[in-house]
Amino acid sequence: MPSFVINEKCDGCKGQDKTACMYICPNDLMMLDKERMKAYNQEPTYCWECYCCVKICPQQAMDVRGYADFMPLGAASTPLRGTEDIMWTITFRDGRIKRFKYATRTTPEGSIKALEGFPEAKVADLNNQLMLGEPDIMGVKELPTKKK
Amino acid sequence: MREFATEVVDTDILILGGGMAGCGAAVEAAYWAKATGMKVTLVDKAAIDRSGPVAMGLSAINTYMGMDGKVTENSRMPERYAEYVTNDQMGLARQDLVFDIGRHVDGTVRHFEKWGLPIWKDEAGNFRKSGEWQVMISGESYKILVAEAAKNAIGTLGDKGRIIERVYITHLLKDEKEPNRVCGAVGFSVREDKFYAFKAKVVVCILGGAVHVFRPRSQGEGFGRSWMPPFLGGTTYALTLQAGGELTQMDVTFVPPRFKDSYGPVGTFFLLFKTPATNAYDGPYVGAYGSETDKWAPYAKAKPCPTPVRNYEMILCTKEGKTPFLMHTNKVVERYQKEITDAKELKKKIKEYESEAWEDFLDMTIAGATNWAAHNIDPMEKPMELQLSDPCFIGSHAASCGAWVSGAEDLMPAQYKDAFPAQYNCMTTVMGLFTAGCGVGAAAHKFSSGSHVQGRIVGKSAVRFANDQKGYTPTVSDDTIKKLKETALRPLALYEEKSTYTTMPDVNPNYISPHNFLFRVQKIMGEYAGSWETLYGTSDKMLETGLWKLGFCEEDAEKIAAKDLHGLLRAWEAIHRMWVGIACVRTRLARKESRWPGYYFKYDYLKLDEGQKHFVNVKYDAGKKEWKIIERPMIPII
Repeated sequence: MPSFVINEKCDGCKGQDKTACMYICPNDLMMLDKERMKAYNQEPTYCWECYCCVKICPQQAMDVRGYADFMPLGAASTPLRGTEDIMWTITFRDGRIKRFKYATRTTPEGSIKALEGFPEAKVADLNNQLMLGEPDIMGVKELPTKKK
Repeated sequence: MREFATEVVDTDILILGGGMAGCGAAVEAAYWAKATGMKVTLVDKAAIDRSGPVAMGLSAINTYMGMDGKVTENSRMPERYAEYVTNDQMGLARQDLVFDIGRHVDGTVRHFEKWGLPIWKDEAGNFRKSGEWQVMISGESYKILVAEAAKNAIGTLGDKGRIIERVYITHLLKDEKEPNRVCGAVGFSVREDKFYAFKAKVVVCILGGAVHVFRPRSQGEGFGRSWMPPFLGGTTYALTLQAGGELTQMDVTFVPPRFKDSYGPVGTFFLLFKTPATNAYDGPYVGAYGSETDKWAPYAKAKPCPTPVRNYEMILCTKEGKTPFLMHTNKVVERYQKEITDAKELKKKIKEYESEAWEDFLDMTIAGATNWAAHNIDPMEKPMELQLSDPCFIGSHAASCGAWVSGAEDLMPAQYKDAFPAQYNCMTTVMGLFTAGCGVGAAAHKFSSGSHVQGRIVGKSAVRFANDQKGYTPTVSDDTIKKLKETALRPLALYEEKSTYTTMPDVNPNYISPHNFLFRVQKIMGEYAGSWETLYGTSDKMLETGLWKLGFCEEDAEKIAAKDLHGLLRAWEAIHRMWVGIACVRTRLARKESRWPGYYFKYDYLKLDEGQKHFVNVKYDAGKKEWKIIERPMIPII
């Protein structure tokens, strides 16, 4: 099914004009029912089970139930995403549980300065083949070419 | 109908799409636009933090050379990469484009590392290669990092840089003075009643590949569990065709062999863990059909064996009734038990394997992990099924769909030049229209890193073009924009006008819903054009019938009705998918051989014919409403 919203936990992101799940869903599936202040998946059959909504929900009000077409009931993959890693709890249909933790990034969130530390671009260089940081960033002296 | 506001956005460089290629284009375009004082605008139908196929994450970067030698093994140069890609695609590749990606890709991956992507390394700090071209990553946040860099770069342009999210592009704008030139795009917001018209010197159309043109294997709740994401609507290909651009290899779709139903990835299991896969009777299927597959020599006999030939082995095995295929993840544990005598070391090794195996799924196909758990299968103890899935249109994986584009000045063979109005890297056959990633055809195996780097190539190239065209101003009349607005919003107007005729709006003789329209396209493609329904086989007769039926879809596309903005999004995705389907069927009709037998084969031409070793391109003339097939030669540079 895809992603679903737990009634008790969802607070509609406290009345902002859009919820976190609406903001992030790559397939425009999440909607806010403004009367009930609850989010819902408006088109579960188009869900990719990418978990972007589950990972971003500030209330942990979202979860995914495996596609009914081919997954027996009772299993779950549950993430808890931090600033530098993600914890997964896997619940098997027969109750077995496995836990895993993986790195997600090595720099603080929001710290990327993509163009810093490189010389400013010059209009004259538009005609050569070199791009931002090249060739130094690749650890080679020059860019390979086939020009004889 | 209710009133939609129109916002006209004037920019120099218009980037449509914020996936891997779009984010690469944003970084590089911002860098060069700053020097030239130009405006850059990026538009995405979703939020770029999690848009495109890398939304869920990835567990490996599949294109990395390691030209500096700082890799655990397999340091490679772009020549070898171009050779590999050419053989995998059965002898047909634009080696100039592939080589170009190969020579730049290490730089892009080094940027990723700097931005904070955890790349697996050995103790000496070398990147851990898991195959000839792959490096392993912990990539849950891969897209978030790449998007953050793109936003930061665009941000450095101040009020000359803008990112607009949740806008779906329906049409490109053609210049009214120059027939073969684009100068912008139009689309609508999926969040508010607003229509956008973008006018630009250069349009970079990188809206991804196409999924759901062929019918997915799961059609209930699992309809959305396509291997590539269901939000790839084929817009890049459809818009390029409508603008008069030439597409290449639209028959060469990718059929991913994956863990059955969930489409969990297999690459790491084959390459890193050396996991054995068998037919249902514990016998081999890989390399087991030499008497058949040798007919696809010399490609089939080269190492590694091309993906479409490996797929064909699965098709032949299926015909023999020897399925399900099994991936014996458990046998890796058995191998370690034989190889490692020290108990403590063995325990550590198995634990490491278990963690890495689950990470492979959890980083990029979470449904695969849940599917193991739902079937009570611990991959350390039991095998799991494999299967061929539904075909995807993709220029960045092991397939070649996309636009015919100009290559780099120092790489492109002179014979290709005539196809283009001017030579700018990654420009299509239409002046001012550029693409990258899944948009570029005949340049397979880019993957995430290659798509990002090609986005960067196009970002610089687009600024160069705009700089050379400083005096150019788009010519588009207000009337044209008004008409396109009416066309784009037509599904809403139709619904509003007709939906009350019946007691239930879902069934109404005056229109068709986006969903039902898509079902019709998928049924035609699946049953006539060579998909899993026919074990990937088709024929001229089947294709001709499919094309005739798609003709009715073309007419009915004007009768799609949408009840809200979300429906309008689905309506246009479905229309764009239909265009992709037509391009595919026409190309498959034109090709009288079965060059990629595991992607699709023709019952009436079930052989490789080296007399047809050329690219089959397709284009559309919107004025005359005519399709044309063009053959382009294969010119190697290696």
